[in-house]
Amino acid sequence: MDPTIDPAFLRGLTQRRLSRRDLIRYAGVGAGALSLSSILAACGVKSSGGAAGSESAAAFDWASQTLHHQLNFANWPYYIDVSHGTHPTLETFTQKTGIQVNYKPVINDNQAFYAKLKPSLEQGKPTGWDIVVITNGAQLSELIDNGWLIPLDLSQLPNFTANASPTIKNPTYDPGNKYTVVWQSGLTGIAYSPKATAALGREPNSLNDLFDPAVAGHVGMMSDNTELGSIGLLKLGIEPSTSTPDDWTQAATVLQKQKDDGIPRGYYDQGYINQLENGNTWITQAWSGDVFIAQQSGYPELKFIVPNEGVMFWHDNMMIPVGAANPLDALTYMNYVYDPQVAALMANYIWYITPVPSAKPIVEGLPGGKAVASSPLVFPDQAMLDKTHQYYVYKGVSDLDQWNNTFDPIITG
Amino acid sequence: MEQHLRSDHHGLKQKKARGKKRLAPYGLTAPGVLWLAIFFLIPMGAMLVLSLETRIPTLGFKNSGYQFTWHVGEYGAAWAQAHVQFVRSLWYGAIVTIVTLLAGYPAAYWIAFKGRHHKTTYLFLMLLPFFVSFVIRSLAWQFILSDDGIVISNLERWHLLPQGFHILSTSTAVIAGIAYNSLPFMVLPLYVSLEKIDRNVVEAARDLYATPRQVFRKVILPLSIPGIFAGFLLTFIPAVGDYVNNDILGGPNTTMIGNVIQRAFLNDQNYPLASSLSFILMVGLLIGILIYARVLGTRQIEEYI
Repeated sequence: MDPTIDPAFLRGLTQRRLSRRDLIRYAGVGAGALSLSSILAACGVKSSGGAAGSESAAAFDWASQTLHHQLNFANWPYYIDVSHGTHPTLETFTQKTGIQVNYKPVINDNQAFYAKLKPSLEQGKPTGWDIVVITNGAQLSELIDNGWLIPLDLSQLPNFTANASPTIKNPTYDPGNKYTVVWQSGLTGIAYSPKATAALGREPNSLNDLFDPAVAGHVGMMSDNTELGSIGLLKLGIEPSTSTPDDWTQAATVLQKQKDDGIPRGYYDQGYINQLENGNTWITQAWSGDVFIAQQSGYPELKFIVPNEGVMFWHDNMMIPVGAANPLDALTYMNYVYDPQVAALMANYIWYITPVPSAKPIVEGLPGGKAVASSPLVFPDQAMLDKTHQYYVYKGVSDLDQWNNTFDPIITG
Repeated sequence: MEQHLRSDHHGLKQKKARGKKRLAPYGLTAPGVLWLAIFFLIPMGAMLVLSLETRIPTLGFKNSGYQFTWHVGEYGAAWAQAHVQFVRSLWYGAIVTIVTLLAGYPAAYWIAFKGRHHKTTYLFLMLLPFFVSFVIRSLAWQFILSDDGIVISNLERWHLLPQGFHILSTSTAVIAGIAYNSLPFMVLPLYVSLEKIDRNVVEAARDLYATPRQVFRKVILPLSIPGIFAGFLLTFIPAVGDYVNNDILGGPNTTMIGNVIQRAFLNDQNYPLASSLSFILMVGLLIGILIYARVLGTRQIEEYI
């Protein structure tokens, strides 16, 4: 037996080895050093850039623009005519003008889409779009106030001047149509199933039916706080567009009470229509076009009504973001969709409110167009229009914050 | 003299070697450090900065944004606004963890001890539903459990449920949804720790006349504590921060803190509020876990990790 031990082996046994604990400690030191610098760097980041866009927008020179025969168009899904996988009105447009349209239905949500555009606009870079479609609301106000939209040359929109419905000209959120023209409009009213009629013992006809204990646990409200707050205001008989923060508090109290009484089943986004179809809700806040589509696709028993107190009238608007590569092509297209023939083809597919009332007789002659033309939800009559109300136009971020702080606690309570 | 020099030289060499050795740990940890720094610490630092910002005073929407002002008041406001949802989320998370533990332990035990050579198959079957996105699965539950859906309407027809019964939009639905979605995160670590138990130890306990119950209580359960702890971490933390299940299965009174944060970030773009809420959540969870680790004993946990 050899009593001597290899000294190298002994050293290996006694020397401190790298334990897991050490690894974690070393890692901590290294990561700390790295992250400190990054935090310091992050401190320097401003949340908002300068108004690089505003000057270029104010000085926009339409006279020097030429057609590039190219148009990048961002829109919402199912929001243009479709036939055998193509969009006939877009194809006709290309035939007539030679402008190729890159049509992308990429917008699902105003806020999320705006959040994608904002970084480019802040840095004065092009967004890649020549036309985007955004609903009247805080995002649109923010685009206008920051000078991130190219002012339209109305003299090059003769179809708009001649054919646009007076209800959508010169809107409160964009006086004089300086930056926007309407793509389509819609109503936020009430949709219900026969279960609601049975529970109430009559057909619903009022916003109060959304607050009725007879349908408790089966009422759908919207998680969009503009929609929710506006309904609260209408129920109190307050005109939303001229409401004050005091009115908002009153409306919030009513809506909070509705919630405390266990009336709403939930606060829903676009999924509200599935909730109604699956019988979870019997009566719900609803957008007019959705109900029309649900009726045609297996739920004919669903109904949409305009409550006695009135409905909200919203508008999805076409606009040209600053930095657009093809502004004249965009303007040409805007003029094109105000042609009654084109508007009729689109109205017959989209089933929201067309901005061109003179399309009505043309729609009547289209296949399946009879029901569309006679629907006051696509071609609202005067009685319907008298009941419409406009959203409150947020005057600024502090205004918007106050609205959010008033109505959000109800939704996320 | 020569001898002396040589030994000096030797010392230098050793020093060099030691210097290299000192750098080795840094080299070994570099990938992990970079990963942590880029994907954890930088976002966290940015969030901390955001939580201390305030609105730039502005008229209208022009140049609206936030500036860094060391404003710590947002934390108080965040707590005042959302403490109900905080407590609710912790409560839901706790129930979810207990439910998944009670449901997952027997399954993991059975696979580990009785699975024989089919263990992998059973584990695979357990994971099979999770090859489908959990949003789709939750939506499927929404469809199946809806008031007019096949389950509820039939049970009502057979008078097994009272008329007008509903499960969607209740706390039960949200908790069940999260528990369902986190079951494998409990079962897998439990299985690993049970599988690792030396069968001779179990045998020895039996030889010493321990009843089956005693074997479980005194041998198997203590040896599986690391698995319970890992399962708890993997279940409780995501459960508390979950917002999808409430979105899909919840109702007006089941809002969780994740939903409040999501709304503040995405809908209202109120970054200071959202960031401070996230921070409160993180710190709260960290404290809770440290206490829990103390109770269970850190030695075993380290062994497991």
